[in-house]
Amino acid sequence: METDVAVINPQMPSYSELPFYSKQVRIALKNCGIIDPEDIDEYIARDGYQALAKALTEMEPDDVIATMKDSGLRGRGGAGFSTGIKWEFCRRSRNTPKYVICNADEGDPGAFMDRSILEGDPHSLLEGMTIAAYAIGAEHGYVYCRAEYPLAIAHLKTAIAQAEEYGLLGKYILGTEFCFYLHIKEGAGAFVCGEETALMASIEGRRGEPRPRPPFPAVSGLWHKPSNVNNVKSYAMAPQIVLNGADWFSGIGAPKSPGTAIFALTGNINRTGLIEVPMGIPLREIIYDIGGGIPDGKPFKAVQTGGPLGGCLPASALDTPVDFDSLVQAGATMGSGGMIVVDEDTCMVEFARYFLTFASAESCGKCVPCRIGGQRLLECLTRITDGNGLPEDLEEIEYISRNMREASLCALGQLTPGPVMAALRFFKEEYEAHIYEKKCPAKVCKGLITFSVIEEKCEGCMVCLRNCSSDAITGSKRMPHTIDIERCSRCGICATVCKFDAIRIE
Amino acid sequence: MPRLDNAQALTDLRESLKNSFQERRAREISITVGMGTCGQAAGAGDTYQALERELAGRGVTVNLRTVGCIGMCVKEPLVDIQLPGAPRVTYANVRPAQVPRLIEEHVLNGQAVTEWTLGFVPDEW
Repeated sequence: METDVAVINPQMPSYSELPFYSKQVRIALKNCGIIDPEDIDEYIARDGYQALAKALTEMEPDDVIATMKDSGLRGRGGAGFSTGIKWEFCRRSRNTPKYVICNADEGDPGAFMDRSILEGDPHSLLEGMTIAAYAIGAEHGYVYCRAEYPLAIAHLKTAIAQAEEYGLLGKYILGTEFCFYLHIKEGAGAFVCGEETALMASIEGRRGEPRPRPPFPAVSGLWHKPSNVNNVKSYAMAPQIVLNGADWFSGIGAPKSPGTAIFALTGNINRTGLIEVPMGIPLREIIYDIGGGIPDGKPFKAVQTGGPLGGCLPASALDTPVDFDSLVQAGATMGSGGMIVVDEDTCMVEFARYFLTFASAESCGKCVPCRIGGQRLLECLTRITDGNGLPEDLEEIEYISRNMREASLCALGQLTPGPVMAALRFFKEEYEAHIYEKKCPAKVCKGLITFSVIEEKCEGCMVCLRNCSSDAITGSKRMPHTIDIERCSRCGICATVCKFDAIRIE
Repeated sequence: MPRLDNAQALTDLRESLKNSFQERRAREISITVGMGTCGQAAGAGDTYQALERELAGRGVTVNLRTVGCIGMCVKEPLVDIQLPGAPRVTYANVRPAQVPRLIEEHVLNGQAVTEWTLGFVPDEW
C-alpha cells in the first residue's frame, strides 16, 4: 500500500499526519465517515456487534456493569455521572419491566455531535443500547430523537430493520433467550425535552415538562418503571469498552475523566469540525493545533463550552485541561460537546444575551424561577446592550441568577444563568463599559455605536450610499459622504461594502 | 439476510464480509461522498449528482457510496477516490464543476489531482 501512495503523490499526508486529526483519538467516531451507515455489513466487518456477542455469551449482566464501572466512563450528556453506577442502580431496582432510553434530543445551538453519530454510525448506538438492556434487564428501549434530524431518524430506522433481520435486535438475539426491541420516538424539538424527566414525559405522550427528582429514573422512570437514560455518545462508547476491556478505556484520557470527549468545534476558528480528543487535553491544543487558531490572525477572546447552559472561558484559561472537573473548576462546564470559539470582535454581553434569549425562550414555564427569572435576566441584559444599563443591574443579575440556580426545578432553569455569570466573572469590565461609559468595546451593540464617514479616506464612490438599508447616507460623486445618525439603523452594511476603510465605528 | 443464531455465526459472517470487501477493493474503483446533514448543507448532494452524471456519461462503473460525517466540516463536500489496491484519497470542497477533471485524471488516468487533495485515509482507520 505504501508504494501506491508514493505513486499517486509522495507528499500526500495520511489523515493521521494532518494537524486536524493527529491529536484525535477516535472511539465513538471510529466508523463515522468511514463506513456506509446504511449497510450493516460494513459495521459487522469492522467488528460490529462483537461486543454484544461477547456480553451475551461470555458475560453475566453483572460482569458488564462491573466492566462499565471499572472503565470509569462518565455520562457524555454533560452531567458526567458514572455510566456503570447508573446501570447498576437500574439493574437493582425490583420493579419491572425496565426501559433503556437514549437521549438524542440534541438541541444546543452549534452542536452536532450526536447527530453525526446517528447519521454516520447508527449501529454503534444500537449495539450500545442492546448491551445496556442486557446489563439492566430491559426488553424495550427508546431513542428519543428530534424530528429536525430527518436523516438521523432515517438511518436509525434502516439500522434497526437490518439489525432485526440478522437477529441482532428483537427476539432471541444471537440465539439466546435475550430479547430487546428498540423504538424511535420523534420529539418536536423542545429544548427542555433533553432533560430526562421531561423526555420521558414526552415519550409517554404528555407535555414535555420536568418533574422533581428523586425519584430518579433508575427507580421510577418511563411509566413509573425503572429506566436508564444515557446520551448517544455514552451508548456508542459502550461496545468499545466491552470489546477492549475497562483497562483499555481507563488508560485513555484523564484519571478522573477517562476516555475521550467529543466536541463540535465552531465559531471564529479556522477548522470547524467534529473532533474526538482524549480527556485532559489542554483547551489551547484543541483551539490552535486541531482547530488551526482564529481566522485572520485575530486574537482569541473566549471559548464557550456546554452550549447555552455552559459558560465561557477567557484566554487566561487556555491551558485548562478539558475534562469534567477541570472545566467546572475553571468556571465552565463540559456539557454535551458544543465548543464555540470567539475572537475580539465579539461583545461578551451580547454573546451572553444570545444564549440567554435561547434558554429563556426554551423554558417550559412549569417552575417560576426559570419562567420569570429567565425573562427578567434577559430584560436586564437587553437594557445593558441597548445602552440603558443601570449601575444596579449587575447586582440584579447576580441576585436573579443565584435564585434561578437554587430554586429551578431542572437543569435548564438552574443553568440558564451560567453563560451570563461566566461572562460577568471573566469580562466584567465589558459589562461596566456598557453601563458606565455607554460603550461597547467590541463595537457590536447597536445602541452604543455610531457610524460616521472619515472624510480624508472617502473617495465618494457612492457604494455605501446605494447599499444603505435606511437611506441615511447622503453625498455626491467624488465628494465625501455623510451619515445621518438619526436615520442610521446601525446595520453596518456601509462598513462592509466600503473599499477604502472610510467608515468609522465608535 | 440469514438470521445469526449464535456468536460463531456472527464471527463467521464478519470474516466472510472482510474477505469480500477486501476482494471488492482489489478490483473495484470506489468513490465515497460524505453525505451527512453537514455535507448536504455544503452542497454534497449536487456533487453526488454530478458524479453520477459524469460516470454515466463516460460509461465508467464504480462503487459510488455515501458515508456520514468524518469531522472536517470546513472541507465539505468531501469526495474520496480509491483505485483498486490504492489508498483512499480525499478531495476537499469538491464542487460539481470539478468532477469531470477528477474522473478524467484520477479515475481514468490514475493521477491524483494533487492541488485539490487533502490526504489519504490510512488503512488502520
